[in-house]
Amino acid sequence: MIKNVTLGQYFPGDSIIHRLDPRMKLLLVIAVIVLIFMADTLVGNLVVLAFLFLTILLSRVNAILVLRGLKPLWFVITLMFVLNTFFYSGGTELFSFWVLRVTEEGLHNAIRLAVRLIYLITATTMLTLTTSPIALTDGLERLMAPLKVVRFPVHELAMMMTIAMRFIPTLLEETDKIMKAQTARGAEFDSGNVIRRATGMVPLLVPLFVSAFRRADELAFAMESRCYHGGEGRTRMKILHMRYPDIISAAVVAGLIVFAAMGY
Amino acid sequence: MSIELKNLTYTYMPGTPFEAKAVDDISVSIKNGEFLGIIGHTGSGKTTLIGLMAGLLKPTSGTVLINGEDIGKKGYDRKNLRRHIGVVFQYPEHQLFEETVYKDIAFGPGKIGVPGDETEKRVRHAMALMELDFDGIKELSPFELSGGQKRRVAIAGVLAMEPEVLILDEPVAGLDPKGRRHLMQLITRLNSEGKTIIMITHSMDDLAENAQRVVVLNGAKMVMDDVPCKVFSNEQVLRDIGLDLPYVAKIAAGLRSKGKTVPQSVIRLDDLEDCVTKMMGKSND
Repeated sequence: MIKNVTLGQYFPGDSIIHRLDPRMKLLLVIAVIVLIFMADTLVGNLVVLAFLFLTILLSRVNAILVLRGLKPLWFVITLMFVLNTFFYSGGTELFSFWVLRVTEEGLHNAIRLAVRLIYLITATTMLTLTTSPIALTDGLERLMAPLKVVRFPVHELAMMMTIAMRFIPTLLEETDKIMKAQTARGAEFDSGNVIRRATGMVPLLVPLFVSAFRRADELAFAMESRCYHGGEGRTRMKILHMRYPDIISAAVVAGLIVFAAMGY
Repeated sequence: MSIELKNLTYTYMPGTPFEAKAVDDISVSIKNGEFLGIIGHTGSGKTTLIGLMAGLLKPTSGTVLINGEDIGKKGYDRKNLRRHIGVVFQYPEHQLFEETVYKDIAFGPGKIGVPGDETEKRVRHAMALMELDFDGIKELSPFELSGGQKRRVAIAGVLAMEPEVLILDEPVAGLDPKGRRHLMQLITRLNSEGKTIIMITHSMDDLAENAQRVVVLNGAKMVMDDVPCKVFSNEQVLRDIGLDLPYVAKIAAGLRSKGKTVPQSVIRLDDLEDCVTKMMGKSND
């Protein structure tokens, strides 16, 4: 059945990276993405690599977990690499084979793109690994607060995200239970052709939807009975503070961007 | 049909920070026609244990033998297992999904290959057992029914498969007193007709009255496996793991503390009645 699902892939911890303000972390990830695109030289790329390594080291997250985050994307990375190697027009030819031509520039370009992609994924994975989903939406809500001026429902959106994430494990557990119950009644979820498999999902999906709606109803009741009435005038238990580590990390990233802008 | 569990262990999410043993080295053998109760407080591994018994979970280690055959063995016909072992999970009404009550109850029999006309007979019979009006509700959507009716339809869906072994996980939780009584009567009747019953419950009274054997779990381990009157004579052990005595045993203990002689074997209402009648007979003399 459903086993070993690491959700939102948050890796609980208490490192300096975990403790950074989520708002700062979100901004820094955006800055690092810019940095990754700016770094065009070998030195620049090595500096980015060193920076990412340092982040992983400081966060004390198992490096294997970070690599696992890359797993679903290996296919895309490989495909991009292959396409870029073989279909780059122009440049000095290294060797050719049948209709395929491999050029020095093509190879160079392919490596650069693949490395960039790996960096991008690593940077964003580090964000989700070290920031709990709740902190993440909290940070997002605060960062988007200026949009309230144009009547954008920032609080509602953040609340919806928080609730959705909160219920992922619950729904997974529910799925597991219903699957077992229907299996005991002779249902099969993993055999037959595509159509049989699709119709086989009905005994699972109907009860799951019914229970999701029931839960939504109950939750709305429970929230209202605790006087929830939207974001207006709502105060927070945990107020986010920028601290020295936040400022230092911002300075480091800013320094790296300047370094990259200078042409390295 | 006999079920034998040998050194069963089940670990959730092995190799992650969330790793936990839900069942730890448990061996039990269940004889044909037995009524076995399983008690233990929340999180003690009861539900995982029945999942393993029914072949719905794969044990981390240990074996489950059904009629002497290892169900974890390659090539074992798991589909066949569904014909023999029926499972009523906690809040079974959450598993309803069909358009009509009839179709939902007929789902299980259909899946295990019961022919159409035989299915109708079984659905009728199962609904009669659960005191559901066949002609009145068979065309209704199960979602239109009341909570208690939904529960009965869901249980009828398992009964219609006519399993030899019926495993029930807290079948009476959340039912009203009348519903509880009726369901317990039905379960004991099925047992007296020869079905093996394995029941998880928090109602010590139901087990004291009906079970032939009680298994006590605590923290994934088996603490006791004995006849009810032996199990319920260990008051302190039960209390320490968050369980309680059946009310008859409590009354018996109260009488004992007042200097009356009541045997430890008195845990059923009938026996207590006999005992008290005798006592009163003596004092009248």
